[in-house]
Amino acid sequence: MKPITRIHSRTAVLADENIDTDRIIPARFLTTTTREGLGKLCFNDWRYQADGSDNPAFPLNQSQAQGCSIVVAGRNFGCGSSREHAPWALLDYGVQAVLCSEIADIFRGNALKNGLLAIVIDELEHRWLLKHPGIELVIDVREQFIALPDGGRIPFRLEPFARHCLLNGVDQLGYLLQHADAITHYEQQEKAA
Amino acid sequence: MSPRTLFEKVWDAHVVVPETTDTPAVLYVDLHLVHEVTSPQAFSELRERGLQLRRPDRMLATLDHSTPTLPTNADGTRPYANAEAQAQVTQLETNCREFGVELHGWDSADRGIVHVIGPELGATQPGMTIVCGDSHTSTHGAFGALAFGIGTTEVGHVMATQCLLQRKPKTMAIHVDGRLAAGISAKDLILHIIGTIGVDGGTGYVLEYRGAAIEALSMDERMTVCNMSIEAGARAGLIAPDETTFAWLKGRPRTPQGAAWDAAVATWRALRSDDGASYDREVRIDASAVKPTVTYGTHPGMAIAMDAPVPAATNAQEHRALDYMQSKPGQPMQGTPVDVVFVGSCTNSRLSDLREAANVLRGRRVANGVRMLVVPGSEAVRRDAEREGLHQVFTAAGAEWRVPGCSMCIAMNGDLAQPGQLVVSTSNRNFEGRQGKGARTVLASPATAAASALAGRIADPRDYAVHDNRRQEQAA
Repeated sequence: MKPITRIHSRTAVLADENIDTDRIIPARFLTTTTREGLGKLCFNDWRYQADGSDNPAFPLNQSQAQGCSIVVAGRNFGCGSSREHAPWALLDYGVQAVLCSEIADIFRGNALKNGLLAIVIDELEHRWLLKHPGIELVIDVREQFIALPDGGRIPFRLEPFARHCLLNGVDQLGYLLQHADAITHYEQQEKAA
Repeated sequence: MSPRTLFEKVWDAHVVVPETTDTPAVLYVDLHLVHEVTSPQAFSELRERGLQLRRPDRMLATLDHSTPTLPTNADGTRPYANAEAQAQVTQLETNCREFGVELHGWDSADRGIVHVIGPELGATQPGMTIVCGDSHTSTHGAFGALAFGIGTTEVGHVMATQCLLQRKPKTMAIHVDGRLAAGISAKDLILHIIGTIGVDGGTGYVLEYRGAAIEALSMDERMTVCNMSIEAGARAGLIAPDETTFAWLKGRPRTPQGAAWDAAVATWRALRSDDGASYDREVRIDASAVKPTVTYGTHPGMAIAMDAPVPAATNAQEHRALDYMQSKPGQPMQGTPVDVVFVGSCTNSRLSDLREAANVLRGRRVANGVRMLVVPGSEAVRRDAEREGLHQVFTAAGAEWRVPGCSMCIAMNGDLAQPGQLVVSTSNRNFEGRQGKGARTVLASPATAAASALAGRIADPRDYAVHDNRRQEQAA
């Protein structure tokens, strides 16, 4: 994973609460055996009309949302399935960060492991960002704040290890493999018990 | 030692490296369940890195999500929804062969939905840590195991190290007092609980269901309850193992036998929350207040008694949900016309669920214009159901009796509803498009599903003079 220190973008808003993993990527597209190329399927049933053309009512299809890589989403984004296809699809679609007052647990973990910044912010600030789409933000992963154009700052806290991995591009499997001796020791004790 | 909850006991026993401020715990995994949808990229990762499986003996794989539920064609081929679905199944078969994983595939007499066969085979045991690339892994918590869904990156972690990096979650006790009234099922109870605590009420928590009403549940019913913990946002839900648990597990293939069984049970008896153990949050539910419960919106927290008026929308998301469902504020869901009925899924596809549906259907006919699918959770469930003649009850009523799989719960195998159709479903998610683009899902118990199939409208199973044979059989 490439290190991520900051993200600079305007915001797009998906204000609905409880945007679930089936809306992010419908289950019928999960027959893939690779991680790649899911961006075109992201939000498929919301984003396209029956004839395959863009649905103008989908917020991320609107002209002011083009090029935005920060999405401010309604509460409880990513609820539902454990499918990692959801963060894969979002990243491939161009989303690099999701800001929300509450994010579903499994989705958040999956997102951070793939370098998609799933960031929980305070409710008041969340409400304000939902009402102000298109605002220019800088997300600073090292200092854990979001800089607003007027100089204001929204603080956030990432789980320290997730933050460390993002900043340094740490390979978590590599980190786990370093504990091989401790794992062997655990297994021997378990066997003896 | 200070009093500990059931969750803390299981957690503590699996810590390989304790967590610190800077680093999560390294947590050992006893059982890793695998299916075709969330594993291929993890196997690829292992190959790319030249890694082996650390403990293939702690893995168990099956085919369930992308598999057709129609029988084989005359030429012996299987009616896959598309070439990708078939390729995904073939990929898991190849991966399991190459890496030496036990696969319950097409040729196995034990194939079925991953969360049905784990317990059936006795692979699921009290006190274990169990993971799977599937959010309904919470099902196994019914046995007092700490069981939760993981993403594909973590599937790779477990394959290579048998461990996960985890922060200790918070705990929530859900005390269910009293007892369920006659004709009220575990599905009604869990929908009622999610409707009470909310679709995100459990986020960040492990739930422990406890109290007299929980202790009175059978193992099948406990699995239904724990299965839907994730629908309240909780990764895991637990129930302390007891005599019901031990009796259900005894003699199953992967359980300890003989003296080892007695020793295991002695250990398992300690798996309960100590008196005075504290939870981060506690909720009380009155079981006697639970009625036949259904969903009216597009997430499982939008659940109410079927005879209660649908609440008015209070925000844009709820407006959208009611519009999508065509649910009418102020009117009950009971009486809503039905197009499709689905009995199946890891929530409600076990033998007792099929009996519950069959008891309502026996000697009756599904209403004209209603399509009903009954999909057993596993080959074992299918055999047992056919031995009892349940399949004949379903087919005589006009329902389709299918081959085991996830089927219309996730609708990725070709079993799906058409846009606008209303599905009364015993599955776990009523998200937009979950059962087919534009399909409208109402979650319900097997008895409610069966009654609704007969009436052609959402109906109260108690109006069909159903005797609660299941509880009588258990009592006998």
